[in-house]
Amino acid sequence: MTDSLKLSVDRRDGVAVLYTDGYINNQGGEEIAKVAYELLDEGYRNLLLNLSGTKIVNSIGISILIEIIEKMIDIKGKLAFCNLTPTIDKTFHIMGLAQYTSIFPSEDEAAEHLVD
Amino acid sequence: MADSILKEVALTLDLAPDMEIEACEKACAVAELMGMSADRIDEVKMAMIEACINAIEHSEAADSKLYVDIAVLGTQEPQELRITVSDRGVGFDRKKLVKPDIEQKLKSSSKRGWGLQIIEGLMDKVTVASTGAGTSVIMTKTIAGGRAASRVGS
Repeated sequence: MTDSLKLSVDRRDGVAVLYTDGYINNQGGEEIAKVAYELLDEGYRNLLLNLSGTKIVNSIGISILIEIIEKMIDIKGKLAFCNLTPTIDKTFHIMGLAQYTSIFPSEDEAAEHLVD
Repeated sequence: MADSILKEVALTLDLAPDMEIEACEKACAVAELMGMSADRIDEVKMAMIEACINAIEHSEAADSKLYVDIAVLGTQEPQELRITVSDRGVGFDRKKLVKPDIEQKLKSSSKRGWGLQIIEGLMDKVTVASTGAGTSVIMTKTIAGGRAASRVGS
């Protein structure tokens, strides 16, 4: 069995950063969605997913991330990703996610984009 | 032309959640041994996960098993990794599969159905054979980009 995804949140002025640690499968994706929607309820409209602790994802987990992207579009919020492995970055591009969200190499660049 | 099998590993796994991790760990070990680069191994891992998940979720195999064959191909040195993920399930008609599109998926209640597109995007060559007796996904990736290949298969 794989360890479940660990998630931590850094609430900053204007942006909340979610740090993932582990496999983003269906359970991991659901956990991210739960926390993301709680942050929206708290009033955050800019979310950053830092995937530096995630080396593998699957398409079920990414499908749940697409639900979050849809939600962010609906509320006119911003969602960005940073610190993706080259393979996860390539997978996001294969799926076309890069058209609807922003992907940055580093957290600093992503945060700067979100709070602009 | 990679025409000989230098090393081959066969696995039989239960069709159960998280089995994809066990399968891809074995594939990674073989890919490392053949000298494939870390980035290419990661791509193999992701494709393997998707092939296994498709079988786990959709095969409806009566024996509840997943069959994985991992082969290192080459003439004298490793040149190509070939992974076959098979099940003895109900199969599917590929002509009826709709290629997923992110714009459509964003509007749809179903966000799923990306597995094959991801596999084809990450591997060099993909062949899918499916009948009412089961499905086989054959995926290959060359060693290109890896460090100097070591001899495998002794």
